[in-house]
Amino acid sequence: MVRIVYLARLRDAFGKSTEQLELPSDIGTVAALLAWLRTRGGVWAQELASGRAVRVAVNHDLAQATTLIGSDDEVALFPPVTGG
Amino acid sequence: MAVRIQEQDFDISRELAALRAGDKRVGAVASFVGVVRDLNDAAQVSTLTLEHYPGMTEKALTRIVDDARRRWDIYDALVIHRIGALQPSDQIVLVAVTSAHRGESFAACQFIMDYLKTRAPFWKKERTPEGERWVEARASDEDAAARW
Repeated sequence: MVRIVYLARLRDAFGKSTEQLELPSDIGTVAALLAWLRTRGGVWAQELASGRAVRVAVNHDLAQATTLIGSDDEVALFPPVTGG
Repeated sequence: MAVRIQEQDFDISRELAALRAGDKRVGAVASFVGVVRDLNDAAQVSTLTLEHYPGMTEKALTRIVDDARRRWDIYDALVIHRIGALQPSDQIVLVAVTSAHRGESFAACQFIMDYLKTRAPFWKKERTPEGERWVEARASDEDAAARW
């Protein structure tokens, strides 16, 4: 099971902060996960649309579209950071 | 080297004194303090709420400080970032660096701050007369980090 974490604006938009997902076997990268979540439609399609700035971390490290996702990973989705 | 995420305020002079205590090699201490402004994008801000991603935040900040230590000859560094509800004029963040000469600590301090702004997982939500809104990231912050 992959644990997905939603932060800041994305948590507000999706109405949840985490979920546990059993990913289909062909969903093995960050890009594939985002595309899969987009198929939920509605706010998922809007917030994760390719033009929107969405950052992803896998196991607490910033990830790229090609970063691999394995079972038991923690994947976080969030908008560009605004600290400091 | 220390990285702290906390709700409570910090005392700059106490933190700077502790950072260089007992290290007689230190000839320079550079520091930066970020403060909540009362005006952002033409709206009055009454409260700024900061959230972060526990677990990743500490890891990201530690990595940024380690990176600074590899680039410059510095002795020690401290990052304190506050979370929770803050008001205008409140301190948000402290970055402090010690070195033998000012060049290293000035540069490392600015580098840590520029990277923190674009790589450390913090988000700000503002309360304004029109309601609450998430602060949008600025392209100028990405440019500032890219120059290093």
